Amino acid sequence: MKTYKVISVLALLAIVAGLLTGCPQKPAAKEPIKIAVLGPLSGDVATFGESNRDGALMAIEEWNAKGGVLGRKIEPVIGDTKCDAGEAANVANKVIFEDKVHYIVGAVCSSASIPISEIANPNKVLQISGTSTNPAVTINEDGSNKEYVFRACFLDPFQGEVNASMAYDELGLKTAAVLYDVGNDYVKGLAEYFKQAFEEKGGQVLVFEAYTKDDTDFSALLTKIADSGAECLFLPDYYAKNNLIAAQIKDKGMKIQLLGGDGWDSPELDLPLFEGGYHSNHYSPADPRPVVQNFVKAYTEKYGAEPDALATLGYDAATLLLKSIEAAGVDDPEKVRDAMAKIKVECVSGEIYFDENGDPVKKAAIIKIEGGKKVFYKFVAP
Amino acid sequence: MKDTVIKLLLRIVVWGLVAALTIAVVVVVARLIQRNPVLFFQQVVNGLQLGFVYALIALGYTMIYGVVKLINFAHGDVFMVGSFVSFYAITRYRLHLWPASVYYRTQGITPTPEALAQAPGWTMIIGTVLVILLAMIVCGFLNIIIERVAYKPLRNAPRIAALITAIGVSFFLEYFTALGFVFGPDYYTYVRPMPVISWNIGGVAISNILVVIIVSTIFLLVLLQYIVMRTKMGKAMRASAFDKPTARLMGINVDMVISFTFALGAIFAGAAGVLYAIAYPQIITFVGIRPGLKAFVAAVLGGIGNIPGAFVGSLIMGQAEAMTIGFFSITMPSGEVLAGSTLRDAIVFAILILVFLIRPTGIFGEPEGEKA
Amino acid sequence: MIKQLRKLPSWLTTTAGLVLFYALVQLIISMGWVTEYVAQILQWAGIMAISSLGLNLVYGFNGQFSLGHIAFFAIGAYTSALVTKDWYVTWSGSRVGALSGVIALDAGLIVSLVVISLLRINTIQKRLKETVSRWLNQFETSVLSSVVTFLLALVAIAAGGAVGWLLVKVLPPTLEAILGLLPTGIAQPVVFALALTLGSVLAAIIGLVVGQPLFKLASDYFGIATLGFAIALYVLLQNSDKVIPTMKGARGMVGIPIWTSWFWVFICAALVIVAMRNLIYSSVGRAIISVREDEIAAKAMGIDVTRYKTVAFTIGSLFAGIAGGLFAHKSPGFLHPSSFDFLKGFDPLIVVVFGGLGSMTGTIAASVGWAFLLEGLRVALPQGFENWRFVIYPVLLLIIMLLRPQGLLGGVEWGFLKPPKVQPRTTGDEGE
Repeated sequence: MKTYKVISVLALLAIVAGLLTGCPQKPAAKEPIKIAVLGPLSGDVATFGESNRDGALMAIEEWNAKGGVLGRKIEPVIGDTKCDAGEAANVANKVIFEDKVHYIVGAVCSSASIPISEIANPNKVLQISGTSTNPAVTINEDGSNKEYVFRACFLDPFQGEVNASMAYDELGLKTAAVLYDVGNDYVKGLAEYFKQAFEEKGGQVLVFEAYTKDDTDFSALLTKIADSGAECLFLPDYYAKNNLIAAQIKDKGMKIQLLGGDGWDSPELDLPLFEGGYHSNHYSPADPRPVVQNFVKAYTEKYGAEPDALATLGYDAATLLLKSIEAAGVDDPEKVRDAMAKIKVECVSGEIYFDENGDPVKKAAIIKIEGGKKVFYKFVAP
Repeated sequence: MKDTVIKLLLRIVVWGLVAALTIAVVVVVARLIQRNPVLFFQQVVNGLQLGFVYALIALGYTMIYGVVKLINFAHGDVFMVGSFVSFYAITRYRLHLWPASVYYRTQGITPTPEALAQAPGWTMIIGTVLVILLAMIVCGFLNIIIERVAYKPLRNAPRIAALITAIGVSFFLEYFTALGFVFGPDYYTYVRPMPVISWNIGGVAISNILVVIIVSTIFLLVLLQYIVMRTKMGKAMRASAFDKPTARLMGINVDMVISFTFALGAIFAGAAGVLYAIAYPQIITFVGIRPGLKAFVAAVLGGIGNIPGAFVGSLIMGQAEAMTIGFFSITMPSGEVLAGSTLRDAIVFAILILVFLIRPTGIFGEPEGEKA
Repeated sequence: MIKQLRKLPSWLTTTAGLVLFYALVQLIISMGWVTEYVAQILQWAGIMAISSLGLNLVYGFNGQFSLGHIAFFAIGAYTSALVTKDWYVTWSGSRVGALSGVIALDAGLIVSLVVISLLRINTIQKRLKETVSRWLNQFETSVLSSVVTFLLALVAIAAGGAVGWLLVKVLPPTLEAILGLLPTGIAQPVVFALALTLGSVLAAIIGLVVGQPLFKLASDYFGIATLGFAIALYVLLQNSDKVIPTMKGARGMVGIPIWTSWFWVFICAALVIVAMRNLIYSSVGRAIISVREDEIAAKAMGIDVTRYKTVAFTIGSLFAGIAGGLFAHKSPGFLHPSSFDFLKGFDPLIVVVFGGLGSMTGTIAASVGWAFLLEGLRVALPQGFENWRFVIYPVLLLIIMLLRPQGLLGGVEWGFLKPPKVQPRTTGDEGE
């Protein structure tokens, strides 16, 4: 019975801890501005969340070094969504109602960003996601705009079109195969838009197959693709899955043109496996613009590794937010929202301004993998 | 007279149905082969590779269940540890190259990286074996520790407590190793301890990885059969699986047997971890969940607690998966297609349930005496 | 005072207590003494409690190890969401309203089951096996009986399908007319209640259908088979956008009206708890428990084991469906298949075992504790240690299992949930 009492006391303490933090605090004038940075920090996409967080934090630190924004220091509030809808809702509730945060940078997964936006928007909390591409993040089902929700990444239709154009128009390939993750709406969306665009141009998608996140064996699917004779393979997934698929392509001795989306952008991409491949991206690390070079240099110095697409977008999202707060001149989400809707900023991933849905209008860069290195190929405007 | 007639009629009906079904299956398979023989056999080969890897994991599950009646949910995570241990051995300590450098030194050649890359094949094989052995040993010890800490205290508690503990151990292994100072949360591209060679036999691609997997699995399987059937410890294992209290009465140290079983199961899981990583070279601390689940289903399919059953079940599962991905798809009335690759998990479980309906304890399972 | 309170009939004190508790919590929430964050956790705890009570019935009281509980939670969630979305927003791309579609589906399934029981397929199967086994061996008998069963089942399903189809033709205009007459303030709770009911009834019926062939499996195999069903359903949900566009598959279903509140969670929880308590302490409940204790002895005492397993599993699925419906309409109003994968299915199992198998109070206490523990850890851990949350959680779980393997309140009940006192007979009758 004694141990049982100990356990009950422990449980009670946990509850009390949760409730005690409910004591509201009044923000003073010179209090720091809190910005929540939400993303998956545990679970199997934790590296994405960490990149996103690192990029956002770097932007925040840079601003703090220059005195913060509106003369106030910026205080990041970090939350873990675990790329799960339920967790995301809980953490959104916590940062909005407990920590009284007015601005959110995040999340990474659309399945997390959507529930967060459903809570943030009605409560007038400004949210900008660096990486969620599901259209439902910024618009409601009836097409109306979620006024307080923005994103910093381009949407699937555009990327799909860019890649389809690359394959059909640039490379002159008439047949394609696509492999996508059925459970990831970013990957799935990109795959579907590629297929649509490619077929509209007159091309044929011979194999359009799905796998699940946990699948590691692609031999059966690759066999099917080799058998179909498709000239190129579109791999819209993130670098991790693509490494695995490319390794198995090499094992099988298959020769096929590889194409991809911004998920390829990571220092972890096993470049030799993708020789001759192309992928669309938000920017190119070889872009001589100072904003890009400074960012890459500073990030590599601080974190010991080159930034990947998620870190870049996290950085850009935070920058856009901070610049909007500065432009608005007050710590008022409504005014900041108005400022953000009108702002135009030179970001690492290009010059960004927002359309009526809170989606960015930005160029895509095409990167070629040549000689074991990433080489900038060209820009494509929407 | 009437009896014989009825018997004959019924027999005809039944066997007619069975024949019709078999013919249908044969026709479908034959059409598949005829339409594209290379594709078909390639999928068979793919299925073999999957099946053998699952078999190694399934053996561990079935052994442990046989002796302690515990579904060890943490088994897949022990497998993961095996992968990671071998990963560090290869990338940090170059363990797979030690035989090559020893060989070179005896020849009087300095083992530079370039020379090592050209090392003779048999040194690579020994190197790979070393890596697998290391993973096996580490996993064996890990499982013994887990057993002592988490399962032993619950030997006399309700079975579900041990099960929940197994789930807890599984979560702990996955998330603790994901912390920065342990393995980290990233996906790591696995570095293979041996180069990949691919042969093309009549259009079907077979790699030396498949050969390594098959050879290792069969070797370990034979070894396991020997241990279980021919050694004293094996006898003790079988006795404990059959009736623990009586085994104790016969003077068998059941605690030791249980620890040994856990260690043995983990040894197999560790080997599986290395082989799986060689075949599908990407690891993350959550890599063990899916193969663990599939291998467990395979073990149940074959009759849990039954070693040959686990092997057969795994092969069936491997083939079912490969065939589903390769050939199966459902077209919805709306015109949308549900491809086999998305359905593969569901199909696998559908097969399981079908088998359960005919043989409730799995293919080789002992029929449950009391359940009427 | 207490003495006088004790004299009052128990149902009065209980009801008064419930109303007071509800009012108290509602007051705390409405006055903003706790933040919305805490209120949402409370709702989540309540939903978990309802679902876990269902699992406790199946596993704690009936002894059937089910790993597929989350599937019925999902069925309840998606079904009720489809219904309310249909009323709230038009269901684009189909001719039939979800409300009537779901009713038709429920009705069709019920009719199929009725036809099956009318045809007495089980008895036919047994009789057939008996007669035929005179002439045929084991294998042939099972083949023949399976084929016959299958054919008869097809007949039943056809009957049910026909009824469903007819209803689909009839219902939409009728329902729209009726609902259109009511003012929004009344129509909304009506539709919500209807959605919850339909979701849970569908979950229960599917539980009935799926469970039937599985009950003869031994405990662990039953677990695997139910797990298989859960995974199959998960795969289906991921691809659901190909079947029903509104469900949007892996992209997640958005725009579900947010109608769950403390009021609804409380009402449903109270109903479920009262129903379960009364069930457990009735003769049906005793039969259910006896199956857990010793199936063979129960059979020997004349209890139809399969029937009571079915009852427990169906009601357990019903509760899961209710919880699912409440979950779908909770704050973000967003459903994503990843919330229903098999790893999530361990959560109610952990709650049930942690609270103590066969203890209703334990389950309720454990759900609340579990929800607040997970969020409490999120709050308590300093920044930079977020990923320790799921390291500490299993460690705590392990410690608790090692210290108290029968769960916090194994077999113990409190207060209202205590077994009712048996009134001693005052008239003679000792049996001379």
